[in-house]
Amino acid sequence: MTAMTLVQAINDALALEMERDPRVVLLGEDIGKNGGVFRATEGLWARFGPDRVIDTPLAEQGIVGMAIGMALNGLRPVAEIQFSDFIYPAFDQIVSELAKFRYRSAGQFTAPVVIRTPTGGGIKGGHYHSQSPEAYFIHTAGLKVVMPSTPADAKGLLASAVRDPDPVIFLEPKALYRTAKGEVPEGDFTVPLGKARIARAGEDVTIVTYGAMVQVAEEAAALAVKEGINPEVIDLRTLWPMDIEAVIRSVERTGRAVVLHEAPRTCGFGAEISALVQEKAFLHLKAPVARVTGFDTPFPYSLEKLYIPDAGRLLGAIRAAVDF
Amino acid sequence: MELPLLAALREDGSIDPDLDPKFDGEILLLLFRKMVFLRALDEKGQHLQRAGRIGFYIGAAGQEAAEIGSGFALRKGDWVFPSYRDQGAALMHGYPLPSLVGQLFGNSKDLTKGKQMPNHWCDRALCIVSVSSPVATQLPQAVGAAYAARMRGEKTAVIGYFGDGGSSTGEFHAAMNFAGVFRTPNVFFCSNNQYAISTPFARQTASGSVAAKAAAYGIEGVRVDGNDVLAVYTVTRRAMERASEGSGPTLVEAVTYRMGSHSTSDDQARYRSAEEVEEWGRKDPIRRYGGWLKKKGLLTDQDEAEASSSAREEVQRAVAACESAPPVPRESLVEDVYAEMPWHLSEQLEWIREPIAR
Repeated sequence: MTAMTLVQAINDALALEMERDPRVVLLGEDIGKNGGVFRATEGLWARFGPDRVIDTPLAEQGIVGMAIGMALNGLRPVAEIQFSDFIYPAFDQIVSELAKFRYRSAGQFTAPVVIRTPTGGGIKGGHYHSQSPEAYFIHTAGLKVVMPSTPADAKGLLASAVRDPDPVIFLEPKALYRTAKGEVPEGDFTVPLGKARIARAGEDVTIVTYGAMVQVAEEAAALAVKEGINPEVIDLRTLWPMDIEAVIRSVERTGRAVVLHEAPRTCGFGAEISALVQEKAFLHLKAPVARVTGFDTPFPYSLEKLYIPDAGRLLGAIRAAVDF
Repeated sequence: MELPLLAALREDGSIDPDLDPKFDGEILLLLFRKMVFLRALDEKGQHLQRAGRIGFYIGAAGQEAAEIGSGFALRKGDWVFPSYRDQGAALMHGYPLPSLVGQLFGNSKDLTKGKQMPNHWCDRALCIVSVSSPVATQLPQAVGAAYAARMRGEKTAVIGYFGDGGSSTGEFHAAMNFAGVFRTPNVFFCSNNQYAISTPFARQTASGSVAAKAAAYGIEGVRVDGNDVLAVYTVTRRAMERASEGSGPTLVEAVTYRMGSHSTSDDQARYRSAEEVEEWGRKDPIRRYGGWLKKKGLLTDQDEAEASSSAREEVQRAVAACESAPPVPRESLVEDVYAEMPWHLSEQLEWIREPIAR
């Protein structure tokens, strides 16, 4: 085990995957000599060369389109989109092409591309360096969507994503890049896709969350304990296909669920989780499934802290669920 | 910058020596028969749609020289990223007619299990990539596939097909720019058929030529008479060789004309004059090439009629062999979304196992 930040764990996973499999290539803007604007690919250009760590022109649809073609022809590309806010020029390539190759060719063509992209708020980035676009990709059949919350999971999930036969949108909580530190297993290490993690065991209410919100959930749980409420925190890790068993098993015990994410509320992933919980655990529920989310506004600059759910807001929802 | 329009066939039966592929009579006739075949296939496709036997069809009437000439320039192992109108090039690259016809019916004879509407075929073994409807999305993908081939040291090239409408897209720009920067072994083949559904070429660009845009990307641009099968072949073959040898990408613009409507859902009479269609009809690539072959004494009227009737019979046989095949299994609705079926699709599979009783 080595202590690492989340961004160091990403870098470690990329280096190991490139070492393990010569088909793995990286492409994106400023990822080569510069090591990426968040330094996720630092040192890899010098180590693996410019043919495998590819600085591209500034065009997201070119990056993702090129990655798709590489994957169709036998490579294992990992594309970096500098901020998930800039992924929209590549939306057609992701939604109409990447997600559909296996289906539309009945399995003849597959595009095992990983798209890594820093996501979420907390860095004073305003509209265009802060948004959480996961719902668009979860809504698109054929994609897997992953978001780690710890350095160890970042490493293990990214390694699994690179080896996965399906395209993976790998959302990196940029607020945690340097603030999340933890012990990370050395060398080859994977965390399976599709398996949630119980971040905190409890029995009174289930908090279902992911990414940077896991820390907020743990913080709120610690406050709730002082009030005699013992929440369970589920870190989904893989958003889609999500670990439905882990969520339902927990809600069957606790009888209460609060979904927490920083993306906007309406048609957010929380709406889907909420629907699934009431479909599959209705008779166990003692309170309506609650959602604590960002607002249905563009992501604000000055009022960022008001927009992003915090422990206080979550604690309110936990109390309401318990007192219902 | 004005690029010359390269043409090989001359009215007197001779050929421009610079563009002469030096084919023997057998190959010259083969190309003619393939063009005739493509016309017959497209006519049948339209008829099947009008008769309600298939849902949709996109024909390439008028573009046979561009399709057959470029398709014949491909070599085994070359990758093809087609658009939905490039069945001719696909057939030339070895795509079997029964697969193509099976795809039109979308039944159990369809290798892609009825997942897509007609004209959206593919074949992994032949490196003919799955067609999608969004225009020109395949072009940056062609750059990636070419990058991969070069990385493995393969002496192949990757061709991406598109139309004049596609040249207006962001994907066209991204692909040309990436190919120029990375000098990938690519050929970008634009069938400039003068129309994107109803929108004429002059509304796509003020540059007057697609090939002229190559200069701005630092890649080769060639403008060829798209109704001249031998010129198209020579230009495309040279570009493919150039690419596979590592000398960089080429943007080929084949200037041609879509003699029919965009698809069976379109009516070309709404937006262009009969005179214009008639004028281009006089440049019909099949008639033009047939006339040239006759001048050379390689083709008779009887051969021509025979080529046409045998093409129709072959298409008819393929249709008869496919049309009554059983439908695709219900389960295929939820298959091939992921490598392994996740829980939510397994649930949804249960919902469709049996028809809901009324």
